[in-house]
Amino acid sequence: MTHHLRFRPLWPTALLPLAAATALLAAPAHADTGKLLLTGGVSTVEGAAGGGISPWAVIGSQATEGETGGSAFVSRAVTRDYGLTTVGAAVGIDDRVELSIAQQDFNTGVTGTLLGLPGLHLKQHIVGAKWRVAGDAILDSDTLMPQIAVGVQFKQLQSSGLDATLQALGAKRSGADFYVSATKLFLAQGVLVNGTLRATRANQNGLLGHGATLGGADRGYALQPEISVAYLLSPKVAVGFEYRAMPNKLQRAGAAAGLGDGLRADDWKDIFIAWAPSKNVSLTAAYVDLGRIVPATTGGRKQTGVYLSAQLAF
Amino acid sequence: MKHLITAATFALLGLTSAIAQPMAAPAMPLAVTPASAYPMAPAAGLYQAFGEQAGIRALMDDFVQRLRADRRIGDQFKETQLDQLASQLSDQVCQLSGGPCVYKGPDMKEAHANMDVTRSHFNALVEVLQTSMSARGIPFTRQNQLLAVLAPMHRDVVNTR
Repeated sequence: MTHHLRFRPLWPTALLPLAAATALLAAPAHADTGKLLLTGGVSTVEGAAGGGISPWAVIGSQATEGETGGSAFVSRAVTRDYGLTTVGAAVGIDDRVELSIAQQDFNTGVTGTLLGLPGLHLKQHIVGAKWRVAGDAILDSDTLMPQIAVGVQFKQLQSSGLDATLQALGAKRSGADFYVSATKLFLAQGVLVNGTLRATRANQNGLLGHGATLGGADRGYALQPEISVAYLLSPKVAVGFEYRAMPNKLQRAGAAAGLGDGLRADDWKDIFIAWAPSKNVSLTAAYVDLGRIVPATTGGRKQTGVYLSAQLAF
Repeated sequence: MKHLITAATFALLGLTSAIAQPMAAPAMPLAVTPASAYPMAPAAGLYQAFGEQAGIRALMDDFVQRLRADRRIGDQFKETQLDQLASQLSDQVCQLSGGPCVYKGPDMKEAHANMDVTRSHFNALVEVLQTSMSARGIPFTRQNQLLAVLAPMHRDVVNTR
């Protein structure tokens, strides 16, 4: 779980999207797409362009107005008890519309083992769409007007040994997040700021389903804020942090199941560095703190760890 | 912490087009021409950081050569008098960066009326300028301060969508 930062990546496991991106890179028709370096963001763990854990109002890929581009990424996060590998791709059209897909593979580690499901991996598909509704995050440096986009992410958790548990808690295996993002580059200062408000009922990003009903817990949507701040150190390097508030709908259901606070969730945070060695490649590394994730089986440990992501964009 | 984040997020999201305003009050009238005003106050010392008139002219002489050589947009400058272009750009940058010059050339809309300029072209030009500034040893933070006063021109320069 995890992930962070901006830049869209590619990693050892993302061979397929990478190959596709490489093939497209080789196509002369795409050689001249023209976003400025790093202004398309990187790939989030959910596939949308943005930081690592929060979507931004930018439209992914190197394509700007009148162009169509794409990106592919691979990312890997490892925390004290868990691991998350994500591969995905996005298409940016006319710097207006972004369509994205991501597949997450979450290694439940000790939690799976203690549930009698050793080796349990949770796999989730995410399909996203984003529409830029106003503004120009980069060039309108004489106003405070940010770039604004709205987006949706449909999440589907594949069937697994955890199905019965989720059902008992009243958590659904599919759900949708809706968000609005505002992104502004303060060009003279070299600082990029994004704020996102997300309507969601996803537990741990949907990896533990959506909502809960056991014990009177609720399945309703909650509005969660997210903030990203990045400082440009050079044309090719940015550093920053992110904060993503998370719903905590499983805690009450967990208590009703006799687990006390064993299912509580915390907000996600990261600090990152992103490097774009060229217009088409970006690499991101981050230190992440995802708070507690199923503390019942992990001794209440905070899930801190590292995140790496690589992206090809054209 | 969460309340703070929520408040900050709402504040940011509240910056809608309805309240789009000049980020900084112009310290002096910096309009390039009446038809094309870019009311950005330059960062303190920007003109000096670029080496004043001589430094800016040297930068622009380098820039126009790179422009013509650029595979993406060089063709657009095939028949341009580079000397004259460098001279006009120098006046413009000198004025916008807080120098004592007065740009007397055509406004940005007019200047590009006979060219098809896309957003991609504009971005390419910015990249060429970044290359020139780096070649001249201009620090990254100063580069961004100059780009900040030039970037709003995209609204007049980009004329093909």
